[in-house]
Amino acid sequence: MTPERVISIAFGASVVASAALVVVYLTGGDAQLEGLLLGVALGGLGFGVVTWATRLLHEDEVTEERPPLGTGEATVEATGQMLKDDEVTRRSALVRLLAGASATLAAALSIPALSLGPRPGQSLFRTRWSAGKRLVDLDGNPVRPDAVQPGAVQTVFPEGEVGAADAQTLLIKVDPERLQLPSGREAWAPEGVVSYSKICTHAGCPVGLYRAESHELLCPCHQSTFDVLTGAEPTFGPADRPLPQLPIEIDDEGYLVAMGDFSAPVGPGFWNLQRDDGEEQLS
Amino acid sequence: MGWLDERLGIASFARKGLRKVFPDHWSFLLGEVALFCFVILVATGTFLTLFYRPDAAEVVYQGPYAPLQGREVSAAYESVMRISFEVRAGLVMRQIHHWAALVFVASVVVHAMRIFFTGAFRKPRELNWVIGVVLLILALGMGFTGYSLPDDLLSGTGLRIAYSVLISVPFIGPYLAFLAFGGEFPTAGIISRLFVLHVMLLPGLIFGLIGAHLAILARQKHAQFATSKSTERNVVGKPFWPGQAFKSVGLLLITGSVLSLMGGLIQINPVWDYGPFDPTVVSAPAQPDWYIGWLEGALRLFPPADVSVFGILIPSPFIPGVVMPGIAFGLMALWPFVEAKLTGDRDEHHLLNRPRDVPFRTGIGVAAFLFFLVLTIAGGNDVMAIMFNVQVEAVTNVLRVAVFVVPALGGLLAHRMSVQLQGPGVGIPRGPVRLRRNPEGGFEEQH
Repeated sequence: MTPERVISIAFGASVVASAALVVVYLTGGDAQLEGLLLGVALGGLGFGVVTWATRLLHEDEVTEERPPLGTGEATVEATGQMLKDDEVTRRSALVRLLAGASATLAAALSIPALSLGPRPGQSLFRTRWSAGKRLVDLDGNPVRPDAVQPGAVQTVFPEGEVGAADAQTLLIKVDPERLQLPSGREAWAPEGVVSYSKICTHAGCPVGLYRAESHELLCPCHQSTFDVLTGAEPTFGPADRPLPQLPIEIDDEGYLVAMGDFSAPVGPGFWNLQRDDGEEQLS
Repeated sequence: MGWLDERLGIASFARKGLRKVFPDHWSFLLGEVALFCFVILVATGTFLTLFYRPDAAEVVYQGPYAPLQGREVSAAYESVMRISFEVRAGLVMRQIHHWAALVFVASVVVHAMRIFFTGAFRKPRELNWVIGVVLLILALGMGFTGYSLPDDLLSGTGLRIAYSVLISVPFIGPYLAFLAFGGEFPTAGIISRLFVLHVMLLPGLIFGLIGAHLAILARQKHAQFATSKSTERNVVGKPFWPGQAFKSVGLLLITGSVLSLMGGLIQINPVWDYGPFDPTVVSAPAQPDWYIGWLEGALRLFPPADVSVFGILIPSPFIPGVVMPGIAFGLMALWPFVEAKLTGDRDEHHLLNRPRDVPFRTGIGVAAFLFFLVLTIAGGNDVMAIMFNVQVEAVTNVLRVAVFVVPALGGLLAHRMSVQLQGPGVGIPRGPVRLRRNPEGGFEEQH
């Protein structure tokens, strides 16, 4: 087949596809057909043009001189001299003052960037949990310890704060005999129900997977695992700090209720995290 | 032409441009593919911008996608659903846009590898190399801000990890994170900020830097491989008009064609499957777009090492999330200067190396490539655990070793192969080979 013929067919296919594209669009559209037809319309044109270039254009190789890029020492020198104009450089005090004033102005103009966000303050150290707040499920109903299913995890929030991201908490029921919580937390797991922050201490993902047979919480983002029985100490993966534990008890009506905020700041680490120890927050 | 020339004096300039010589090699087209992907991204992105709403306000979804009807979603997510299901030609535009983004970053990376392995970054092209590295970083930023916009479950996970990396910076981390996000994650304002970055600031910067990249290229003229005709003082190739112009236009059209076929026929980022963002839920396994995989992998492989110095905590995401990428991009940007220092070579070069010509550079390049490759694979360690039916811990531990061993071995092997390929009797001789008969009656090559 002559190149002219190949190119004509390619261009022809492109025209047909473009026309069909309009028809498909006007009759309701269809993602697959649109992609296919657009592909043919563009591809036919492209193939034709490239075929034209490779088979019909017989160009000779040409050689072009490559003059040196540099313009020579003399020119560089002369330009440098021009920049060092006496009328400018002579007044060095004024030059310095000009530079200083510009820098100060730049600093002043960059200050409004602070409008972008509040100061962190105490917000990273506190959540919405406080003593006496009931644990409620996603529908806002308070939770009884016997309603927590063994072998599963349940997400709870402080009463009236369903959806508060930094307060999301996991409830897990385990055999109380096997719990080895850090000292001082013996009373934090009534009837074997332990509660940990759901936010991974590595990169802040919700620790949503639970391996019941080994009592391990697993973060789906980077595979950090935490041992539920020992206070959610990390056992594998990049997380190095345990999931903070929420101290809970059972109130007069038999519902789970918080005794205070978490044992440590929740979520990913930051430089002054340890400067605010857990004891203080429990007050 | 006459009309324009009388007003702008443009004819002789245009003639020079049309005659500009382009050395011919397929690998010189990789940068063009990146440029054309950007063109397609701007075109499809403009269409999408007309329908997208950068708004985190909650609305009730009432569109045609039944499984989500009645669900509270953000206005941003709702608008992406509308683009996908209701705006005619919206879905194909969205999918072409996403595929083009993946191919854009890929072509930038492969283009950079071509420049690296052929030594095209050497004097006088160091500046353009640095601009190229900045363009690569901006391309990654475009990708990340772009796939965060739909406000679906997967993109929210990416943002959450970005926040955690930001907050890990010693002393200023919490301030940085609060300034960037407007408060403690998750914040409602982040969507509109990402939108401004994605449709205005980053594309503006990329546009300007591509201009500078091409202007410098035109000023310095193309580098070329050594042939019998090419020297350091000339450029040998075909003129821009008509052949090269036809080929480039053809390449633009074919790039558009392939991306259209992919966008129409291969589903990508089905946000309706992922569902809207919910801070208490994350899907598993969750993988970012391919070009973020190395960062994700580094976070996954890094050991649990929260270091505490004088009561100041350096959380473990800081090293793989900030220090490692900083060193990697810094070293990459400064490589032309590092190499000049190491070799003492300060001459201008317009003839390209073949990778085997410079074994130490090729070895380092292959090692760096393998390092990022293993990290990228590690970004899918959970997928591999499912695929090979092993514990994810085992995969992680193997990769923790592999990330150092594989690049070291691969780099050494590449170095060795380069040295051997330089030796006699291997490879295709360039130009005619002259044989000489020696006094003993045998033949030997004459050099």
